[in-house]
Amino acid sequence: MREKAFAPLTLFKHFILWIAVVLIVFPPYVLVMNAFKSKTEFAQTSVFKLPHSFLNFDNFVSVMTRAHLDRAYWNTLLIIVAAVIGNVALGTMVAYVLGRFEFRLKKLIMGTYIALSFVPMITTQVATFTVVKNLHLYNTLWAAIVLNLGTSVLQLFIYLQFLRNIPRELDEAAMMEGASLFRIYRTIIFPLLTPATATIIIIKTINIYNDMFTPYLYMPAQKLTVVSTSLMNFSSERSTEWEMMSAAILMIMVPIIVLYLFFQKYVFAGIVNGAVK
Amino acid sequence: MVDSLSYSLQKRILIVLFLLVPIVLLVLFSLYPAGYLVYLSFMSWDGFSPEKTWAGIANYKEVFQTKEIWQAFGHNFVYLIWGLFQNALGLFFALLLNSRLKGRNAYRVMLFMPYIMNGVAVAYMFNYVFNSEYGSFNTLLRGMGLDSLAISWFGSPKAVNHVLGFITLWKFMGLNMVIYLAALQSVPSEIVEAAKIDGASRFQTSMRVVLPNITQVIELNLFLTIIGTLEMFDLPFILTGGGPLGASDTFLTKTIATAFKFNNFGLASAMSITLIALVVVVLGVQRLATRRWSD
Repeated sequence: MREKAFAPLTLFKHFILWIAVVLIVFPPYVLVMNAFKSKTEFAQTSVFKLPHSFLNFDNFVSVMTRAHLDRAYWNTLLIIVAAVIGNVALGTMVAYVLGRFEFRLKKLIMGTYIALSFVPMITTQVATFTVVKNLHLYNTLWAAIVLNLGTSVLQLFIYLQFLRNIPRELDEAAMMEGASLFRIYRTIIFPLLTPATATIIIIKTINIYNDMFTPYLYMPAQKLTVVSTSLMNFSSERSTEWEMMSAAILMIMVPIIVLYLFFQKYVFAGIVNGAVK
Repeated sequence: MVDSLSYSLQKRILIVLFLLVPIVLLVLFSLYPAGYLVYLSFMSWDGFSPEKTWAGIANYKEVFQTKEIWQAFGHNFVYLIWGLFQNALGLFFALLLNSRLKGRNAYRVMLFMPYIMNGVAVAYMFNYVFNSEYGSFNTLLRGMGLDSLAISWFGSPKAVNHVLGFITLWKFMGLNMVIYLAALQSVPSEIVEAAKIDGASRFQTSMRVVLPNITQVIELNLFLTIIGTLEMFDLPFILTGGGPLGASDTFLTKTIATAFKFNNFGLASAMSITLIALVVVVLGVQRLATRRWSD
């Protein structure tokens, strides 16, 4: 009886949620409608109208070469792989040391990580810029790699939280058998942190892929463009060719959406852990 | 005995080795820049000449006396209004999705999706939506016979910040929602059930039982939103470059332009420090306010 009384309410909820979904899908939908149209077709048809054929990939091919997207994907991939590997290695090391040992400067180090997280990264670029220049990293892929290597407070908290759930008895048992501390880190701690590492890899990949400011500021050279900056360059040249822009935007947007749909569990875990702790 | 000795030595070596690179990175790219920023804010420097001259508090004076900077800061408040609305919507959808509903995970995945999209791509996508001639939004308006409303959205000084504020809401609402949803799911179901048994309506249960249990998370979301609006940068930077005539400049686009376009690193540093100080003040005030509210 009760269930029936609430059926209209449930319907209403679905209705509201569908409005939100439509509002979210509408802008990408328009892109999909127009990315497959030729120049004349775009000029003659309404922006909402289906293209003649969804198999007309001319715009995508043309964007790939004109915006040098192949190079941009490659550069982005290099940065992500190098930065993520380094980041995970360093992050687990920091977490292991801060989570398992007591020592004098521990509080100071934790405090520094937390305090610096309140300084918005973009505001310190004025000063970071001179550091990057003096290290001769300006206009190299290393600029983006190095700037993404450091452990963030978010990662540190996720790792520390996981570490707390790894029983210390495991460490002690290994020590009884004479394993070195490095061996304990490598064969016990690191493997058991895998779920946290998966989350961090996904979050970090999304962040680096979406970052516009670091590559824009530190790697202005044409051959160093990443996905974000290549789209910016392409737009400044052809912002009025909408069918081309639609294809270009989709090509930048889709890889991360696919990644997100496959690994949503880890994305949500990362967002929630980072926020609620 | 020998074993424990060697472990304590191992421990020392490990601490030093494992922390060496991370601390070097932290110092080089976070701590030192933060300190250097403070130093630069008292200097007069163009960013490339070898000499920096002492400026005292002149830069800070200039920050507070320059009208354009505070006009730009005023635009941040437009984002704040949209940000508060975004928070309310996030909470609303989280409450909707916290009930037993078919396809709730699919809804969650969809509503969160804009947050993970590439910011540059999102910006240009909306450039297309709000384009005055070909834009889908104006096409829609004209289709409904509302031709007079189909204005140049990025060209109107009055509308431009609201359009950018709306895009921000579109992109970040899902983030607020997901955080709220996680908090709602951690509210023990016993107390919700108890309230229902005591005859509380759904609305009463939400307002009196559920919300007081997630005040910390509401505080966190508000904090994220306020910081986000104070630090608004990407969208105006990519889409309007602060135009038309500075109508969509924010505090940060002004700061970055001051440094990298007008080569006034001293003033830009002072602006950055002012912004960081504002963030800290907001954090403090919010802490006080919510503590009083929850007591």
